[in-house]
Amino acid sequence: MYEGAIADLIEALGRLPGVGPKSAQRIAFHLLDAEPAEVQQLARSITEAKERVRFCGECGRATENDPCSICTDVRRDPSVLCVVEESRDVIAIERTREFRGRYHVLGGAISPIDGIGPNDLRVTELMQRLADGVVVEIILATDPNLEGEATASYLARMLKDMDLSVSRLASGLPVGGDLEFADEVTLGRAFAGRRTLG
Amino acid sequence: MWVRELSLADFRSYESVDVEFSPGEVVLSGLNGRGKTNLVEAVGYAAGLESHRVSSDSALIRRDCERAVIRLTAVIAGRETTIELQINAGRANKVQVNGSPLPRTRDVLGVFRCVTFAPEDLRLVKGEPSERRRFLDGVMAQVAPRYAGVRSDFEKALKQRNALLRSAAGMSASDFAASVQVWDERYVPLAAELTWGRLNAVRRLTEPVALAYQSISPAADTCRINYVSAIPSLVAATSIEEIHGLIIESLIERRSEEMRRGATSVGPHRDDLDLQLNEMPARTHASHGESWSLALSLRLAAFETLTEIGGEPPILILDDVFAELDETRRGRLLAAISPAEQVFITAAVTADVPTGIVGQRWQVDAGDTSHVELETA
Repeated sequence: MYEGAIADLIEALGRLPGVGPKSAQRIAFHLLDAEPAEVQQLARSITEAKERVRFCGECGRATENDPCSICTDVRRDPSVLCVVEESRDVIAIERTREFRGRYHVLGGAISPIDGIGPNDLRVTELMQRLADGVVVEIILATDPNLEGEATASYLARMLKDMDLSVSRLASGLPVGGDLEFADEVTLGRAFAGRRTLG
Repeated sequence: MWVRELSLADFRSYESVDVEFSPGEVVLSGLNGRGKTNLVEAVGYAAGLESHRVSSDSALIRRDCERAVIRLTAVIAGRETTIELQINAGRANKVQVNGSPLPRTRDVLGVFRCVTFAPEDLRLVKGEPSERRRFLDGVMAQVAPRYAGVRSDFEKALKQRNALLRSAAGMSASDFAASVQVWDERYVPLAAELTWGRLNAVRRLTEPVALAYQSISPAADTCRINYVSAIPSLVAATSIEEIHGLIIESLIERRSEEMRRGATSVGPHRDDLDLQLNEMPARTHASHGESWSLALSLRLAAFETLTEIGGEPPILILDDVFAELDETRRGRLLAAISPAEQVFITAAVTADVPTGIVGQRWQVDAGDTSHVELETA
């Protein structure tokens, strides 16, 4: 067993998402072997990020500027709002360059097991943003898993009586994939969401 | 189909073992605790992705190892197929078929089929409903592999819904109503689909079980199996939509009770397979011998159904069962399994293996050295 500072470091690293006990050990010893300057740089980056990064008061994503660069960008369409679970989902959608509207980050998905209900997400903030009637279209882009679907259907029901166009991201076959290797659920959804050509 | 080669690495007591089998009867004998059941357990795992002895995969990995590997080459429909399964400690398992990795482990279900008879089977008759549900789900997963996915999604939705019911006390009535509706939308379709699959499995097994019982039992008794649900009319349902409607209706009816108990009261997780012997519940009325006949009949019916589905008989494993059976049942069981192309038989002493069984004989003594030897006698 490790003791003292090494044990503390391994334990702290092991609490990070996606890092198991073995990886925690490997990272810890990598840091101990590294140049002091390199380690100090890493420590500084962590502290600075924690100090400087805040959440955009408008969309709720992690940013250094509040309101964030997307919310203040006048070239973006303020009438379309894309609702996502996490800040990193914004980055993923931005990479597509397909979407020119704005975002709303919920900060998670409904999951009773984790004690997360609608009131623990930024749902009230979403309703407030919709109050002025500027937004006319909502795209629900929560994850296509159990919790994401539950969250989307909760929101869809809340938004039902408002004068909005509400859509859900399509799910279906991965681009470049083989039909024969698709699982039944994915293939079934791809069928349900098929499009007319021409 | 038949297993031509089985290699194990860090599986149970085996550090590494590689055995070649021939079609027909394969007798594995050796003292208890020396590893003969481990070999057939690995074969069964490759077919059903579960052990007939333990519910957790971690018991299958050799002590202090990160993963166990099962590599099995079988002749399926006349062609050699190699399945390589990696059972990982604390991580998702991995599987390859003929060298190509499959996206998810459960995609391997249905590639290779197997039915296991074991002393634990007596629990199918005398044990908790969960034993019988496991039996039905196991047959279903091999008949229609997608049910393994439905079942795992169902279990997740059930856990979420139960968690919501438990937290209902701290929520406002309108918040709860909105949330429970969302989870019902997730839960009910999965519950209905799993129930529909089970109903169809029971309908398919009913006659084979009754016939198997007649061929196994020394007495002229009759047996019948019925699916049992908290919603009586559900058992006669003729479509998945009908089940869907019945479950929703029942959930709404029981809402206040569910909130009080903090658990979902209707669904496949509460259902049972009722076994009747001469119109009496077998669980309370069957003798030891009758219970064995019934347990064997369930497995034989599974064997027959899988033969029909797959177009060829699945592998059979008889793990230490002959020691449990009297002479008549031994003989009748042997006659009933004669269509199988390969049968693995484990026994502590060769005296327990019925005379008339020829074929390959292995002496298994894994102990510390982990080896299997072809009996030279």
